Amino acid sequence: MALSQAALFEAKAEKASARRNRLLSLPALIVIGIFGVLPLLIILVYSFLQAAPYGGVQWKFSTDAYLNFLFQQDIFDDTLQFTPDFLIIYLRSFLFAVVTTIVCLLLGFPTAYFMATRTPAQRNWWVLLITIPFWSNLLVRTLAIMFIIRDEGLINNLLMGLGVIEKPITMLYTNFAIQLGLLYSFLPFMILPLYASLEKLDFRLVEAANDLYATRRQVLWRVIIPLSLPGIIAGCLLVFIPALGAYVTPLILGGGIHLMIGDLIAQQFGSGRNWPLGCAQALILMAAVLVALYFYVRNTSGKIQHG
Amino acid sequence: MADPRNVDIKDQPGFRTIAITCVAVLYVPILILMIFSFNTGSLVTHWEGVGLTWYGSALLNEEFHNAAKNTLIISTTATVISTICATLAAIGMTRVKPWRGLPAAFMVINLPLMVPEIITAVATLSFFALIAGAFGLNFGIGNLILAHTVFCIPFAYMPIRARLEDMDLTLESAAADLYATPWHAFRRITLPLLVPGIMSGAALAFIVSFDDFTITQLVAGPGQTTLPLYIWNQIRRPMTPEINAISTILLLVSILFVSVSFLIARRRAK
Repeated sequence: MALSQAALFEAKAEKASARRNRLLSLPALIVIGIFGVLPLLIILVYSFLQAAPYGGVQWKFSTDAYLNFLFQQDIFDDTLQFTPDFLIIYLRSFLFAVVTTIVCLLLGFPTAYFMATRTPAQRNWWVLLITIPFWSNLLVRTLAIMFIIRDEGLINNLLMGLGVIEKPITMLYTNFAIQLGLLYSFLPFMILPLYASLEKLDFRLVEAANDLYATRRQVLWRVIIPLSLPGIIAGCLLVFIPALGAYVTPLILGGGIHLMIGDLIAQQFGSGRNWPLGCAQALILMAAVLVALYFYVRNTSGKIQHG
Repeated sequence: MADPRNVDIKDQPGFRTIAITCVAVLYVPILILMIFSFNTGSLVTHWEGVGLTWYGSALLNEEFHNAAKNTLIISTTATVISTICATLAAIGMTRVKPWRGLPAAFMVINLPLMVPEIITAVATLSFFALIAGAFGLNFGIGNLILAHTVFCIPFAYMPIRARLEDMDLTLESAAADLYATPWHAFRRITLPLLVPGIMSGAALAFIVSFDDFTITQLVAGPGQTTLPLYIWNQIRRPMTPEINAISTILLLVSILFVSVSFLIARRRAK
């Protein structure tokens, strides 16, 4: 009797301590709640308000921001005219992000696989080599690309020095520059999750496939790639989402001529000065990201069920 | 490596070349940027001689001093606050019985990682504009510290949580069996074992705050220039290799902190 009472007391104390521990997450949740989640709700509200002439909002309900996304009011007869300018920038950004994801995957998968098949000591060095650019300043890395592809940059100087070309090839402030910058920026974001997944691969399965007369290519397509699918999906997502919302890359390498969603949104808060429109554009981008995340969650949870 | 046949089976043709190319592509632009920071000439691309001229001119530049000071104040404060929050949250989310709100809480902590930076930037800008307009509240540089703390928390949280999950729980229950109070057990057992995770998390939080450009650029008020913003201001003027020197300093800080975080994590793995 005494024993069970003691056990009961202990269980109660444990329960209380578990509940106390729960409260420890509060500071982080409060900070992110107030300064991270609340601002997102504010832009949701702002997107349904009217723009004030010099930035900011007027507290009058309006769906202009969303209408302006696709239509422009005719100055003379007030009719709405379909203006696909913003839509084109969104589609272009989407295309940039897709190409970035595919090329990063094509380069990143072999790299990650090569890393995962080294000895543990070599692996550590490779991981450090990829981790450093992963965490290095994106602005500085973009600047480094800019220095190389400028008219008087390394590539043009080299080609002119060799006499291959007479006039510098214009690369900076073109779509090519943005695409190159995105690839350069996000390649490490693809390699690291792929590596994390390939490192855990059971290579005895590769041996087994080999013993059963599978060719190298068959092993790759039938064994290695299906087994590393979660890593592939995670890597694609980690590249696609930041590439879609890229801001620094088009700002520096696009020179304000070739816009992506990121600069378009920022412009509404700067020179454009239409905050509700900017908020609506941000939320439309957010919706695209949520769709991508939804597919990710659906795919990965499906994997767990089948596995 | 001992058994060459073993390696042979795993190898895929061409993968080595691609891997080496990728690393080269990742490093060549950065290295060129760094090399040109030692150029004594005043052109960014034309080489004249080796010297530390531009480091000298950067270090004597008052604008650079202010930017460095702001950056250090913001990054250090954001790192301390976010690491404390992240440590508490990691304990509060691993050392508990699963409760209904746990997945939601986990999502909130990781939210800053899922939302594209530009959205966080304009949202934070709108938020501070709203509270400034409605309540007259403006925390000055505190605005930036708060904004940074939010996105630093998930980065600090990840290694701390990983460390807590790897930890041998029997040690904690042994302490409890020996009549240690929960606080005592935490102070004497859990916390010392957690220190590497906390340090690794703090290093990551510091880097992401130190390097942040997008959110800082939109949220920063006048006079709140940080180092990345200073670089951005320089890009828009005729450039001198001083920008290379400052960029190199920024890269070296990142490399230092990444290496520290990496080495701590590696020791954990052993």
